[in-house]
Amino acid sequence: MSDDIFSELESESIEIIREVAATAAKPVMLYSIGKDSSVMLRLAQKAFYPGPIPFPLMHIDTGWKFREMIVFRDRTAREIGFKLITYTNPRGVAEGIGPITHGSAYHTDVMKTEALKQALDLHGFDVAFGGARRDEEKSRAKERIFSFRAPGHRWEPKAQRPELWNLYNTRINSGETIRVFPLSNWTEADVWQYIRQENIPIVPLYFAAERPVVKRFGQWILVDDHRLPLEPGETPEIRKVRFRTLGCYPLTAGIESNATTLDEIVAETLGATTSERQGRIIDHDGAGSMERKKQEGYF
Amino acid sequence: MDTLRFITCGSVDDGKSTLIGRLLYETKLIFEDQLEALKADSKKFGTQGERLDFALLVDGLQAEREQKITIDVAYRFFATPRRRFIVADTPGHEQYTRNMATGASTAQAAVLLIDARKGVLTQTKRHSRIVSMFGIRHVALAVNKMDLVQWSRPVFDEIELSYRRFAEDLSFETITAIPLSALDGHNVVEAENGAMPWYRGPSLLQWLETVEPQKREAQQPFSMPVQWVNRPNLDFRGFSGRIGSGSIKSGDSVRVSPSGVSSRVKEIAVWGGAQAEAVAGDSVTLILADEVDASRGDVIAAASHPVEAADQFEADLLWMSEHVMLPGRPYAALIHSKAASVSITHIKYHLDINTGAHLAAKTLSLNEIATVNLSFDRAIPFAPYAENKRLGAFIVIDKLTHETVGAGMIRFALRRAVNVHWQALEVSKTARAEMKHQRARCLWFTGLSGSGKSTIANLLEKRLHADGKHTYILDGDNVRHGLNRDLGFTEEDRVENIRRVGEVAKLLVDAGLIVIVAFISPYRAERQLARDLFDTGEFVEVFVDTPLEECERRDVKGLYAKARRGDLKNFTGIDSDYEAPMAPEIHLKTLGTRPESCVDEIVHLLRSWRQAD
Repeated sequence: MSDDIFSELESESIEIIREVAATAAKPVMLYSIGKDSSVMLRLAQKAFYPGPIPFPLMHIDTGWKFREMIVFRDRTAREIGFKLITYTNPRGVAEGIGPITHGSAYHTDVMKTEALKQALDLHGFDVAFGGARRDEEKSRAKERIFSFRAPGHRWEPKAQRPELWNLYNTRINSGETIRVFPLSNWTEADVWQYIRQENIPIVPLYFAAERPVVKRFGQWILVDDHRLPLEPGETPEIRKVRFRTLGCYPLTAGIESNATTLDEIVAETLGATTSERQGRIIDHDGAGSMERKKQEGYF
Repeated sequence: MDTLRFITCGSVDDGKSTLIGRLLYETKLIFEDQLEALKADSKKFGTQGERLDFALLVDGLQAEREQKITIDVAYRFFATPRRRFIVADTPGHEQYTRNMATGASTAQAAVLLIDARKGVLTQTKRHSRIVSMFGIRHVALAVNKMDLVQWSRPVFDEIELSYRRFAEDLSFETITAIPLSALDGHNVVEAENGAMPWYRGPSLLQWLETVEPQKREAQQPFSMPVQWVNRPNLDFRGFSGRIGSGSIKSGDSVRVSPSGVSSRVKEIAVWGGAQAEAVAGDSVTLILADEVDASRGDVIAAASHPVEAADQFEADLLWMSEHVMLPGRPYAALIHSKAASVSITHIKYHLDINTGAHLAAKTLSLNEIATVNLSFDRAIPFAPYAENKRLGAFIVIDKLTHETVGAGMIRFALRRAVNVHWQALEVSKTARAEMKHQRARCLWFTGLSGSGKSTIANLLEKRLHADGKHTYILDGDNVRHGLNRDLGFTEEDRVENIRRVGEVAKLLVDAGLIVIVAFISPYRAERQLARDLFDTGEFVEVFVDTPLEECERRDVKGLYAKARRGDLKNFTGIDSDYEAPMAPEIHLKTLGTRPESCVDEIVHLLRSWRQAD
């Protein structure tokens, strides 16, 4: 552990994860099935080795995740043996809310942000781990590792606690919660190189393969199931694509790529000329959109 | 490839955000889509006309972009083939000192920006003092905007000289002055001698790639605060934590502070097996050869260099709350993994961060820094901050709002007496009590003279004895005949009286006994003093509640009559107050109740607690 390039990042993340286990009343790890969650999961396994992970993992299922993600999620939970909680906003299901019929912003708001808040309240979790990294987006760069949320899960930039050294203030009053980001100081390149070094299983969608796609707004959208309505004259074509990030399937675009191994993905990531969130449609909703979503309780 | 964490300091107009934006851009950390966004933002908010405004890459929160100032700490990442970098970009205004301190706390090096046209300013000095206080030893003096002084060598030399003179009193090991222009990119990445042929030193990036933050922690003896006890089942017990200093191998002898227990490292458990050695900075789980009782907040250290423990310190303290710090008020504190209660007993001086002057102060306000004396409510394993950051840094937390209100750094322990390592006692209090099939407790009877304390206490002891319990009674009158016969009834003596009785009771509880104390103990503060000597649940306050008129009517010893005549001074209830307990564990209202019924009530409660344990 001491002589590879990740010992420092890894040790810091493990320290953060253990700090929560030592101080929180009822913690939960948010599990999005993506590459960052996969790294966070491995770090949790390491933090508590040889014991099991002493808290459940929770997936907020919007109903629009790629099918391969759900298969991967259930298999991973079975193989590692952690407790998996899944939650879908019942209001969204009742009203048939989806990204295609209701637009990306409303879908994300109801099926992710609102669902997450409901699930945290339902189970009474006081601390929730998330896989967000500071390098993802400008407003994330100022996020604390232990991000304090007021009652109602609101993030108030001005109410964040100063975070000095490795001393994390985990004391909260009732109704208040904390989101904890153990991967704060990791970059996208770190995540990929660590996945390669540790040989961490990830969803196959990250690897390039021939898949049915349609081109929309200059981006490749995967035709994952029958729910994606095709525009008049639009026919799916087979392209070799892969995903840099995985979100809801019509909202996350793939990139054309030949990278079919971790080595090739790492090489491609290190040489990338666009940011990973470029494939996330919600981030383009206007300047400061991530900041606004966070204030409302988004991760 | 290692990681360098550094902080950039400078005020709004020094071009700090521009410099960082430039570093990100030049090291190819700006992606095309981000560049597109930057172009759009530059037109909308930019201050550079048609040019790209790199500061906009860095100033993240929307309010900042609109006000064009940096109001929080932002962490940025970039890498060269030689190193990974984490930059803490912090605001320069005095009202953001706490943000700067936050960035400085984890940094190994600092880049201090200076506007070449303005030279060394008050704020440069303020930033330097904070950086020095937080233990950063390597500083680059980035003299920016050289283009606006015609790349003048005399201007640069004058700034460097005046800074070095100022910094003599600070604890920097190296200072490297670098002339540059963040806007044009001169001397930021490439060492540049087109415009400044007279400059032979490194570019800023070259300095960042080569500066060697002394890893003083790595050279020191081994220490690791216990962060979490890993106990998945009865067969495994490991102590998890992040190594603060030195290194450890399996087989090494260690000693736990503050208990003083020694053992050997049997294994360093890591994912997938065991590892032979671990070093400072590693998160590990240690399995010890013996069954050692250590918990979160204890420190495992090299047996040859055990970590000291103390409860009173001199420390530097930065106050970070709008609510002023009041000496004497109890705050919560976190030092490594140890949670404790702390109060500031004395402000030695308030440091004027602009001039370095030492000023007298009674309180501390937001962003003020002082050297103070502190008193913790328990022994804290520690090391001076200058030697070991992990064992010397602490935060102060408001007990009501739970906000982080202060950041402190231990200079040294004030009381040497508690530095003596506790003699580790292998037979514990619990073990002694278990052998007697009981839970050791202190039942503290308080009430007016003549309220029935001794009567009930004696009956209770008889009952417990009959049940096979091991007990002992400390009665006010009896103790005053022996142990405390040198004490009178002044307020001072009363406090000392209770202190001694409390300490004796504590030793007896430690021996596993159920101790019954029957003392008037009229003051809440004294009873609290006694309570604080015991572990949670051990101290049971029994309020023998009999009205004064009834006590005086009984007047078994004739003391009330004496006091009424004026023959007895400071008599509780007559000319000295009795402060009734606010929340006693047991409240006995004796009027109309037989003493036997009171005893029944106590015995019943003790049984139910024991079952709940």
